[in-house]
Amino acid sequence: MIKVLNSGFHTTIQDRGRWGFASLGVPVSGAMDAYSADLANRILNNSLDCAVLEITLGGCKLQFLSKTVICISGGNFSPKINKKPILLNSKIIVQENDILSFGKVNFGIRSYLAVKNGFQSDRKLGSRSAFKNITNTFLLRSGDILPISKLKITTETSNMLIKINKSHYESTDIECSKGPEFYLLSDQQQKKIVENQFSISKENNRMGYKLYEIIENKLPSILTSAVLPGTVQLTPSGKLIILMRDCQVTGGYPRILQVSESSLSKLSQKFTGSKINFVLL
Amino acid sequence: MKELLLDNTLTYKPFGAKAILIEWKPIIDEAILQDILEFKDKIKDQKGDTYLDSIVGYNSLTIIFRDIFVNFKQEVAKLKAIYAVNSAVEQKQNFLWEIPVCYDLEFGIDLKEMSQSLNLEISEIIKMHSESVYTVFFIGFLPGFLYLGGLNSKLYFDRKPNPRLNVERGAVGIGGEQTGVYPVNSAGGWNIIGKTPINFFDVGEKKPCFAKSGDRIKFISITKKEFFKLENLVSDNSFQLFKTVLND
Repeated sequence: MIKVLNSGFHTTIQDRGRWGFASLGVPVSGAMDAYSADLANRILNNSLDCAVLEITLGGCKLQFLSKTVICISGGNFSPKINKKPILLNSKIIVQENDILSFGKVNFGIRSYLAVKNGFQSDRKLGSRSAFKNITNTFLLRSGDILPISKLKITTETSNMLIKINKSHYESTDIECSKGPEFYLLSDQQQKKIVENQFSISKENNRMGYKLYEIIENKLPSILTSAVLPGTVQLTPSGKLIILMRDCQVTGGYPRILQVSESSLSKLSQKFTGSKINFVLL
Repeated sequence: MKELLLDNTLTYKPFGAKAILIEWKPIIDEAILQDILEFKDKIKDQKGDTYLDSIVGYNSLTIIFRDIFVNFKQEVAKLKAIYAVNSAVEQKQNFLWEIPVCYDLEFGIDLKEMSQSLNLEISEIIKMHSESVYTVFFIGFLPGFLYLGGLNSKLYFDRKPNPRLNVERGAVGIGGEQTGVYPVNSAGGWNIIGKTPINFFDVGEKKPCFAKSGDRIKFISITKKEFFKLENLVSDNSFQLFKTVLND
């Protein structure tokens, strides 16, 4: 078990998402930076389906009520065990009553905590990913107790370390393919989208990132149709919205681009004001 | 009519690396919906393990595959072959669901404004809204939010310019040419004309949403007294929705 001493700003349990329920209007969800969540699970030799904690900008403090092995990947918020700094992308053995805390934000905005065999919260519709009205808890609250599996192995070594992939945090290139309505754009609009730099506005969350710049358009709405995590919509006001993991299953704005899976993970580490360039594959 | 709507009009587009978007003519029509649902069932049936999920829209079907497809043209050829075959996929049973709605002014907080703008008596709005039979096209926006076709055109009414921050679960609204029920508390810009005690999404149930694409909905006007009685029965789990099998 893990006790949440301080829930932090926005901490949720996530796995690889809830597939197969789009016909009920249920969003996919799952770790925003799936690349880093997978990495943390891989380092622990977990199945990639294991649930992790998604910690946004730190602020979170956890107490381990039993011995386990953990790994932290993704954003670097100066993680510490009992106030001693620990490495990212590394297997760390924690003892009963050890306290994990975070400090200064060095890079990224979402950090992933994996524990051996994953968090054992209830699965709802095949997934543990937190979503309102689906899972029992959405945002973690201080005082919550998170079940994890008891560890029998006592001789885990902790010398494995994976180098941090800097470009995952620094590169501004967002790879995408043409969306279903890309062809509705004029040559000039297409050129603008590929050549201009865009920046992430303060309206950004797990559902979507609204971009700041404007692409003037007179495109009509489409008949409500599917959208996917990574779909870039062009709204009538000219603002672009990149849909993220918690997005709705359908929408009515033209879908002009589709962000690649790896770039969607990259984007999840960017925050208000970050610059991005769309690169057509 | 069906031939005209459907024949040779399907287009296939890649939608990212794992999904294919199939589109029909851009109109809202029940014959198209039926064709989409039949195609969806056939694909589900034949694609087996490579199929992950699908999303139905008014005139579209998006198939999401488990893995990245290597050759888009080949995948499309396979889908076209599945479409062409008149395979006997087991027909899904569709139902007509009767949904009790209380149109009292306490719940129908926008009825007065609509009545004035549309120049209709409140009783006429209620009559028109509850006498139509609506078709469930698909579920989207929120878990359990039904996209319904069949609203009387006299009741078309623009969305509110400023959406409300909290619309209550069960609120029945009209937004533009559509009507629907909010399945959970949510922000929303539709004009609220009533409230149903029925749960449209309950993750604890075997079927979290009772309705599916192709089903029909009829709203039954109830009094406030009946509303509170039903609300208690629903929360005790002792209320059964009235449904009839549709013979399509």
